Amino acid sequence: MRELNMPSVEYTLENTDFYKKQKRIALRNCGVIDPEDITEYIGRDGYLALAKCISEMTPLKVIQEISDSMLRGRGGGGFPTGRKWKFAYDQVSDEKYVICNADEGDPGAFMDRSILEGDPHSVLEAMAIAGYAIGSNYGYIYIRAEYPLAVERLEKAIKQAKDLCLLGENILGTTFNFDIEIRLGAGAFVCGEETALIASIMGKRGTPIPRPPFPAVSGVWGRPTIVNNVETLANIPQIILKGASWFNQIGTEHSKGTKVFALGGKIHNTGLVEIPMGTSLREVIYDIGGGCPNEKKFKAVQTGGPSGGCLTEAELDTPIDFDTLVAKGSMMGSGGMIVMDEDSCMVDVARFYMEFIVGESCGKCTPCRIGTKRLLEMLEAICKGEGNMEMLEKMEELCYQIKESSLCALGQSAPNPILSTLKHFKQEYITHIQDHTCLAKVCKSLLEYRIDIEKCKKCGVCARECPTSAIQGVLGKVAYTIDQVLCIKCGTCKNVCRFQAVSRG
Amino acid sequence: MEKLNASAVTKIEEIVKKHQGKRGPLKLMLHDVQHELGYIPFQAMEIIAKGCDVPVTEVYGVVTFYTQFTTQPRGKHVINVCLGTACYVKESQPILDRITETLQCNVNETTQDGMYSIDATRCLGACGLAPVVVVDGKVYGSCSISKVDEILQKVMN
Repeated sequence: MRELNMPSVEYTLENTDFYKKQKRIALRNCGVIDPEDITEYIGRDGYLALAKCISEMTPLKVIQEISDSMLRGRGGGGFPTGRKWKFAYDQVSDEKYVICNADEGDPGAFMDRSILEGDPHSVLEAMAIAGYAIGSNYGYIYIRAEYPLAVERLEKAIKQAKDLCLLGENILGTTFNFDIEIRLGAGAFVCGEETALIASIMGKRGTPIPRPPFPAVSGVWGRPTIVNNVETLANIPQIILKGASWFNQIGTEHSKGTKVFALGGKIHNTGLVEIPMGTSLREVIYDIGGGCPNEKKFKAVQTGGPSGGCLTEAELDTPIDFDTLVAKGSMMGSGGMIVMDEDSCMVDVARFYMEFIVGESCGKCTPCRIGTKRLLEMLEAICKGEGNMEMLEKMEELCYQIKESSLCALGQSAPNPILSTLKHFKQEYITHIQDHTCLAKVCKSLLEYRIDIEKCKKCGVCARECPTSAIQGVLGKVAYTIDQVLCIKCGTCKNVCRFQAVSRG
Repeated sequence: MEKLNASAVTKIEEIVKKHQGKRGPLKLMLHDVQHELGYIPFQAMEIIAKGCDVPVTEVYGVVTFYTQFTTQPRGKHVINVCLGTACYVKESQPILDRITETLQCNVNETTQDGMYSIDATRCLGACGLAPVVVVDGKVYGSCSISKVDEILQKVMN
C-alpha cells in the first residue's frame, strides 16, 4: 500500500518513457492477457471481428475493408495485404489455403515470437477471417522449431477455439468451416521466402521457385494460397472492428498503421516497440530505447537484418516507413533493429551478415551461391589485414551483380549490409586495408595483446592459462611478456589477469 | 554401416505409419525421428523413403537441407551459443571461442567421448537477454566469459 506522504504520481505504462511514444495495435494484448485462456482474449473483444465478418460482411466487403486500410505486409516485402487477398479471391479452385508465415529467421528479430506467445488467438482469428475472405477452409501456420513455447501455446489456442466452435466446422453455427494445422520449420532462413516456405510445408527442400505463378494463383498443393506474416495478421481483427478509416489515419502517406520493432544490441531498453509509422529513428533509439549504455557513442543502427543496412547518426531523423528506409539504403525488413556503438566494427558486421547468408543460401541459383561466397572471402581478407583497395571496387561491382541476377529476395538483398557499410563507413574499410588497424578492436587478427610490466605482479596466472604457451616470465621475479608470433589472440590472459595488466589494442 | 537395434527400427516404423496418408508427410516423419532418436540414421531414411514411396535420395536431400536434422548422434549435453546479431554485437563470439577451447571441440561437432555437442545457433529470439547461451534447453542470459566458465564447470561435474 502507498505511504500517505508519497507524491501521488500515477506509475502507469503510458507514463513511462518506454511506452509514452508507442501505440500498441498488434501487441495490444501481449503481456495484458493470459495467452493460455481464450476467455481473456474474448473479454478483450476477441473473435468479435470474425463474428462480424461472417454475419454482417460479404467476403468482398472484408477484402475491401482491408484494402481501404492500406495495410501492407509486415514481413519485409510491404505488399498491400488487401490486393493479395483479392488475387486469391479471384481464383476459381476447389481448395484454397491461408498460410501464416511465422518462420522468423532474421537474427535479432522476435516480434512474431512475442505475438504468438502473448496473443496467439489474434493470429488464429485473423487467419479465419482471411479464409472467409478468399474462400478457404484450411490454414497452415509455418513456425520455426526454435520457438517451442509459441508452438505449445498455438496448439492450446487451436484446441480451445475449436471447443468453442470458433474454429473447425460450422463456425459460430454458420456454414463456414476453417481448420488450422501447425507445420514446423527445421532451421532454414530461406524458408521465410514464400515459395520456399510452401515447398517446405509440402515436405520438400525449401528452395524458392521463380514467380509468376504467384502463390495466390498456385501455392500449396498447386492451389491458390495467401501467405501472411504474423504481425500483419495480428492487425486484421482490429481493422475489421474499428474500420479502415481508423487504421489509415495512423502513419504516413504510403505506410499506414504501426510497426513493431525488436530493439536490441547496445541500447539501454531492449524489447519490443510498437510505434506509428513515421516516428523517427531518433525517437525510437533515444526517447524509447534510452540511448547507448555506459556512455558509449552511438555509431549505427541496423534495420532489416541480413537484407537490410546500417544507418548512421546523420539519418536518425528519418521518419520510419517502408519507402524512406529503402531510399536511405536500408529496409524495414521484418523489424529487427540492432543498435551499435563505437565498440562495433562495421567491416566485421558486414562479414558477420555475409557469413550468415553464405550459410543460408539454398544453393539453387549461382549468383547467390557463389557470389556471396566470394564476397565473404574478400571481407575475411580485409578483417585479417590482407585486403587491398582493389577489393572494395570488386566487392561493390559484385554486390550489384548479385542484386540484379539472384532468383529470390534472399540473394537480391544479401549485398545490402555491404553496400550500406561501404557507403557510410568506407573509411573503416580503408583503415583495415591500409593501416591494418581495427579501431573498434574487434577484428582479432589486427589486435595485439600486451602486458604492462608496471602493473604485472608476476603471478604467472596468464602464462599458465595461455593455450599456446606464448607468455614468458619468471614467477615472482620477472614480469611476463607475450610472444606475438605464438599468440592466437584468444584473450584468455586478459580475462584471467586480476590486475588489469593486459591490454588489447 | 551401423545397424540399428530392433526397438529403434520399430519406433521409426511406428512414426512412418502415424504420418502415412497425410499430405506432405516426409518432413513430419523426419521431425519425429530426429526427436525420438536424436538424429536421423541412414537406415531411417530408407524406411521413410519406402513409406513415402519416394527415392531415398530425395529423403537424404531434405535431411541435409535443414540444419535441425542431423545424421550423427548428438552429445549427452548440448551447448548452444546464440550468434544472432544482438548477441554477436554483445560479444557472443568470444564466449563461443571460450567454450570450444574449454571442451576441445569445434562448433557443430561432438566431443569424442560423446559427452558434449557445441552448436552455434542463428537467433533464439531472446535478444533482450543477449548474449545468450543454452545448455540442455536451459537458457542463460546476459552471459560473460566468467559466467560461462561457471556454467561449464557445473555441466562438467
